[in-house]
Amino acid sequence: MKKLISAATLALSMSVSGLAVAEPLKIGMITTLSGGGAGLGIDTRDGFMLAIKQAGNDEIEVITEDDGQKPELAVQIADKMVQSDQVDILTGIVWSNLLMAVAPSAVAQGKFYVSTNAAPAALAGENCNPLYFNAAYQNDNLHEAMGEYANKDYKKMFIMAPNYPAGKDSLTGFKRFYKGEVTSEVYTQVGQTDYAAEIAQIRASGADGVFAFLPGGMGIAFMKQYAQSGVKISIMGPGFSFSQDVLGAIGDAALGVKNSGHWAKDLDNEANKKFVEAFQAEYGRLPSIYAVQAYDAGQLIASAAAKADVKDTEAFRAELLKADIQSPRGKFKFNINQHPIQDIYVREVVKDGDVLTNKIIAPVFTDHEDAYAKDCKM
Amino acid sequence: MLTRETIVNIVLAALLLAVPLAANASGQPFYVTIATRVAILALAATGLNLALGLGGLVSFGHAAFFGIGGYAAGILASHSFSGEPLLFGLSGTKQMPLIWVVAMLVAGLVGLLIGTISLRTSGVYFIMITLAFAQMVYYFAISWPAYGGEDGLSILVRNQFAGVNTMKPVSFFLICYVLLMLALGLFVLVRGSRFGSALQAARQNEVRVATVGIAPYRIRLTAFAISAAMTGLAGALYADLNRFVSPSMLSWHMSGELIVLIILGGTGRLFGPLAGAALFVIFEYLLGGLTERWQFFLGLILLATVLFARGGLLGLLAGKARHG
Amino acid sequence: MTLALALEQLLNGLQLGVMLFLMAAGLTLIFGVMGLINLAHGSLYMVGAFACAAVASATGSFWIGLIASFACAAAAGAIVELLVIRRLYDRDHLDQVLATFALILIFSEGTRWLFGSFPLYLDIPRLLQGAVALPGGAQYPVYRLAIIAAGALVALGLYLLIGKTRLGMRIRAGESDREMIGALGVDIRTLYTVVFALGAALAGFAGAMVGALQSVQVGMGEPVLILAFVVIVIGGIGSIKGALLGALLVGVVDTMGRFLLPQVLALFVPPSQAGLIGGAAASMLIYVMMALILAVKPRGLFAAAHA
Repeated sequence: MKKLISAATLALSMSVSGLAVAEPLKIGMITTLSGGGAGLGIDTRDGFMLAIKQAGNDEIEVITEDDGQKPELAVQIADKMVQSDQVDILTGIVWSNLLMAVAPSAVAQGKFYVSTNAAPAALAGENCNPLYFNAAYQNDNLHEAMGEYANKDYKKMFIMAPNYPAGKDSLTGFKRFYKGEVTSEVYTQVGQTDYAAEIAQIRASGADGVFAFLPGGMGIAFMKQYAQSGVKISIMGPGFSFSQDVLGAIGDAALGVKNSGHWAKDLDNEANKKFVEAFQAEYGRLPSIYAVQAYDAGQLIASAAAKADVKDTEAFRAELLKADIQSPRGKFKFNINQHPIQDIYVREVVKDGDVLTNKIIAPVFTDHEDAYAKDCKM
Repeated sequence: MLTRETIVNIVLAALLLAVPLAANASGQPFYVTIATRVAILALAATGLNLALGLGGLVSFGHAAFFGIGGYAAGILASHSFSGEPLLFGLSGTKQMPLIWVVAMLVAGLVGLLIGTISLRTSGVYFIMITLAFAQMVYYFAISWPAYGGEDGLSILVRNQFAGVNTMKPVSFFLICYVLLMLALGLFVLVRGSRFGSALQAARQNEVRVATVGIAPYRIRLTAFAISAAMTGLAGALYADLNRFVSPSMLSWHMSGELIVLIILGGTGRLFGPLAGAALFVIFEYLLGGLTERWQFFLGLILLATVLFARGGLLGLLAGKARHG
Repeated sequence: MTLALALEQLLNGLQLGVMLFLMAAGLTLIFGVMGLINLAHGSLYMVGAFACAAVASATGSFWIGLIASFACAAAAGAIVELLVIRRLYDRDHLDQVLATFALILIFSEGTRWLFGSFPLYLDIPRLLQGAVALPGGAQYPVYRLAIIAAGALVALGLYLLIGKTRLGMRIRAGESDREMIGALGVDIRTLYTVVFALGAALAGFAGAMVGALQSVQVGMGEPVLILAFVVIVIGGIGSIKGALLGALLVGVVDTMGRFLLPQVLALFVPPSQAGLIGGAAASMLIYVMMALILAVKPRGLFAAAHA
């Protein structure tokens, strides 16, 4: 009789550990589905959902809400998801300011946060947190790559970014690697739509290159006006200014622009081919860098969920940290501060048939780490 | 003798207390958070009601004071967190009462400054000038990098109040509720005082007040500054509710919403702001759950209120206001 | 700093000023004649831009789009006036502010409903593409010069309309004495609708012109609306002349401030600091200017008879 019971408990405990695969996991996705930045959020959602679908784990539930790119709204949604829906993981926020409003208090309440894009310096260094993962990059990375790239052919650079922390980080990152002369460092207003004054300054600057970090609608407006201005100085920027989602709106004005990225559609590896094919089949359009990052975040969570119960924080974190996934980016692993170590390339905007897209020219950095990891004590 | 309005007021005050406590008891802390939002917005609108309802000063810039209060809380907390001294060697703080005092002082002083220039004008000029000054503060907050600029400022852990665990939704709600009740009490005191009578008289007939030897300008300026300070206090609480401050607290939509709260509830009435805030947040929650286009319907409701139901919710419930 | 750069920045300021004038003229006209403060004026600007983008992409012609922007904004203005605005003339400013604030919510959400959340993009017509050489060796986009010219034409047109036509006479009469004009047998309700539609059409036209330069999206009218308020407060509410002068002043001061303040500051602090602080200071410059002007002239530079 005793034997029988112990056998039963054994079976039970085995089935419990085996069942770890099927522990319910609730993910709250907060992203921007309306307003000027909606394109980024929609790609984030779609990339993430593709990964969850491919994982085929019925116990993973995702609830999605629109933050309208408003920090207050994001905070309210996060409160609701944590208090009312009782999610285990939050993810999906595109913008650094919204992330700073949500992520620190989410991890303080014991929830995981896996970032699909935003990666402010403030969370990468001293204030890194065991529950905060970033599946994208660190904000400075792509700017650093352009600084390194500009060393090759450009002696004098005109650099500009919006006047907000990510803009400041951008120019700091660029200057961290650029060794030539910076003729002017210009900060524009956030959400600015008219760049006539800045274009006049570029024309008069005598620089031989322009580095512009203007995400979303700002970049579109700038590039269209720049093309009309008659100024011929070549433009370069980080990948997000020339991501798939904005290229169509900029039009041919973007042709030939050099930009940095940790992924491009033509990156030659098996996982990437499968991903691009699957994304196109599912949604009928080309994926952007945001879709890739969210796809990897989805893969990361699904891979950890297959081996550990999210309620067991330590075990789940250990599984996430292994980054046991096939990323379309090729190599992917986590640094000590739980931000990626990855390769970064320079890409050029080209025309593929009728569609504008990015083509990789050359790698700039291999296994690039961010500048803040050394301050992270974990 | 209780008037119908007093009964409605008591019911409203009791409901605002009872609903979140019941929600908390039945394990629905999110509704407590919603009720806290109602209390804080009502407090902000009560501040505006002093200027707008009693004094007839249509300020379209009260978001400036709301945001300044919020930033006072955020900046003090961030200095307390980082340990860097703030100004003249003074350090930051995480103590709510101190933060409230600072928020009210700073918002009141800015109110005094803006009022000094704006109150030289009247009517539609006043509306536009208060709006423009609020925009000035907004753009300053966006482009001044020291405290996060456009990104805003996180308060990692809610500030402290002696002996209370403020991270518990219900404790924080009670703090806000008590402050709201105190503010409503102050509103009653002001309304009944000589100062309040002069303020209301100045709204109805400026010339007559001036001939009695009272300077309407100084009365209005005082009212405007008190109003700004009260809205600033609400801003500090709002920052603690969200554990986050950003320039959008200063945006002109916020100014518009504060006026909307008063009108929805009933202009110039003691409990107008509370009724309006409750209605607004319920709309936002219910309509927002039903349709992403809730602002469209909010617009329609608001338009209908202005055109056909000028007394607001309290006008419907309690009849015509005694204080027009 | 070269002369060419200064000239280019001056033109940029002028172009911004002209756009602001198109907005401010309608606002100030509506206030002058009907005594109404209209927050929804920015929504009419947005309506014009969306109409232009939709029609231009359907017909392939920017010019037809431009005409559509004029017509749609005027029609939207007339409808809004008939349904809502005319109930507000004898209300106080508080009710007007709220009702038109409600209209903003309805217009913005309604437009999002119709066109989705993504910005639309208009292309500049072929005729106005590229840049021309300016004296001094600089170049300037043709399209921006065209905007300046269009604004100057509208200003001239308004001057003639108000000074030389029967409609203009009624408008002037309405501005100086509202009861009198009714007594003279003028159909005042029609006059009000016409004036409101005219103001709306100007805003819609401005929206379409700017839309081709920037992007067409929900909420695009709001920053412009607030600048237009500053303009008419500076110029004196109700005065077209004040609106023109105020618009040019705000346009030039804003552009030059953004350009010069960081450079001046760079003489004292490191360039990256100068950029940040200068940018912050420049964004407040026009509001400081407004405060200074009001401190001296509380009713603006060209105050109308009543306000």
